[in-house]
Amino acid sequence: MSDPTQTFGRDPHVLLRVIAKFLIPLIALFAFYVQFHGDYGPGGGFQAGVILAASVILYALVFGLKAAKRAFPPSLIRYGMTLGVLLYGGTGVLSWFMGGEFLNYSVLAHDASHGQHYGILAVELGVLTTVTTVMIAIFYAFGSRQPETSDEDW
Amino acid sequence: MSLFAAVAEPAFVVPTMLLDISFLALLVVVAFAIVRMRSLFGIVMLQGVYSLVSACWFVSLDAVDVAFTEAAVGAGVSTVLMLSAMLLADRKSTPVPMRRQVGALAVVVLAGMAMLYAVGDMSAYGDVHSAANSYVGMDYIAKTAEEIKIPNVVTAVLASYRGYDTFGETVVIFSAGLGVLLLLGLNGNSGRWVARPNGQMLNDHAAPSAGLATDNRSEEQRAEPDQ
Repeated sequence: MSDPTQTFGRDPHVLLRVIAKFLIPLIALFAFYVQFHGDYGPGGGFQAGVILAASVILYALVFGLKAAKRAFPPSLIRYGMTLGVLLYGGTGVLSWFMGGEFLNYSVLAHDASHGQHYGILAVELGVLTTVTTVMIAIFYAFGSRQPETSDEDW
Repeated sequence: MSLFAAVAEPAFVVPTMLLDISFLALLVVVAFAIVRMRSLFGIVMLQGVYSLVSACWFVSLDAVDVAFTEAAVGAGVSTVLMLSAMLLADRKSTPVPMRRQVGALAVVVLAGMAMLYAVGDMSAYGDVHSAANSYVGMDYIAKTAEEIKIPNVVTAVLASYRGYDTFGETVVIFSAGLGVLLLLGLNGNSGRWVARPNGQMLNDHAAPSAGLATDNRSEEQRAEPDQ
């Protein structure tokens, strides 16, 4: 499976791989649409984070955990998890320093509603980072504990 | 309660309500199938089906944000996580003898009776005077347009009015990830640790516990210590 040219004829998952290769970028793109369109339609950081993580997990399911760990290194996980929470909390602390209450975004800009926009954007970005990395972390943690499953094992 | 009342009076039956009832019936069917099934793979798949059907139901209730989350988390990621957890266990659950199920049955019956009792206090479906449709909820809907100026009230409530709650949720997710990483790890240091107690050097092979733990990594993973 490691060398696609060698196993091309015998690979039973060739359709799956081709379709997944086409779908994964679209799923990731959709995650960002959900993230940044959350002010106008359904969605937000949490949903976008899960969808973004799902694109990485799909990659891992189809191409193997090793390839996925090259695409999304596990070392990113601990930084992403913490940075997301810090970004959320930091937005609250920033609004503190700018004269408002904790997580009162109105003081972040001259116009109160602009401040709310920036605050919501920052906070949702924090949620996205934490949710994406935690979902991938849980998958990696479970997935790394057993050898790859053979096709007959199901 | 009004759901039943509306069915009894056909004049009030709207098509979406019929849809709601069929989704709820499907949920019951799937739940019974899960209870009766022994194959863990089938159970995980049916749980995904359950989430997808409830997501459809949320859409029919106009709760698109909740439906979105349910479809992404319940039907998507948690199915995969359950599958990868299942791979560490057996493929089939062993049947439990009848006499050991009596206690569980009693708990379920008691909890079910308590819930049925509580249904009487629930406000009717779509009631304008219910707690969710008065007080602070109405305030959020009325003030979002002038205070936050974004069209999606759900996002305004989630990220701004109830920012504390969402912060708490983010911390909960963070701690869930932290717990999994502390318990399972990412196999990042397996076999490469070094300890120096009292001047002597210990590593994976020289440790007193060497060989006691079974190495469940694959040949491929063992060949690549960088993982």
